[in-house]
Amino acid sequence: MAKSIKLRAKAKDGVATVKALISHPMETGLRKDKKSGKPIPAEFIQEVVCESGGKTVLSAQWGSAISKNPFISFKFSGAKSGDSIKVSWVDNKGNSDSIDSKIK
Amino acid sequence: MNHNRRTLLKGSLAAGAVGAAVSAGLLTPKAVMAAWAKDAFEAKEVGAAMKGSMGSADATSSDKIKLKAPDIAENGAVVPITVTSKINGTTNMSILVAENNTPLTSTYELGPNTEAYISTRVKMGKTSEVIAVIKADGKLYSTKKEVKVTIGGCGG
Repeated sequence: MAKSIKLRAKAKDGVATVKALISHPMETGLRKDKKSGKPIPAEFIQEVVCESGGKTVLSAQWGSAISKNPFISFKFSGAKSGDSIKVSWVDNKGNSDSIDSKIK
Repeated sequence: MNHNRRTLLKGSLAAGAVGAAVSAGLLTPKAVMAAWAKDAFEAKEVGAAMKGSMGSADATSSDKIKLKAPDIAENGAVVPITVTSKINGTTNMSILVAENNTPLTSTYELGPNTEAYISTRVKMGKTSEVIAVIKADGKLYSTKKEVKVTIGGCGG
């Protein structure tokens, strides 16, 4: 699939800056449908994992308080251009997605 | 009618969204790295949330952590937060919003080469202190910043 993640990773002086934008509704479960008055069920990403060269660089646990269409940026050293990078997420409904890319 | 089956169904329904989430999580083929810290994310108080996510509620205030957040957030649904730590050996980071229903927004485990820098966007229900907590060498450090919210981001 991999359509839900936009990933950009750039290496400069051995430090890679990773930026990822995920399209996801991030429903808290507290919001109510304005028309029917029924609560909208919670749907949010719980885990985001980033790997580069087979090693986990960052593993994040998210709650429902992360904004809709989440953005995350982080840096790691020891990276060079052409290294593989993979970002994946799992949400509370068990949906998941991942993307493989290369560091620029 | 099989009564046991009924009870089971009811029980699983009552467990609610989180229960469903856990079972759904178990059914996914992808191995879940670490168990999602349910208690910490559902905690209503900052202390409990910190204990759940970082292991303790005691954190030393430190100016070596930089928390970049707007002074005034026009839209509480999207508040950009950047946390940078200059403390050596930072291994974990958490971002909390004190006045939210559930203060813990997210927690991060950094790899050995990962720099202590995280930038993301969080929701804020109302004007609140944003707290960044980091763990370095097993000790906790934190820093705070108040962000004024004009339109809340939780609830419709």
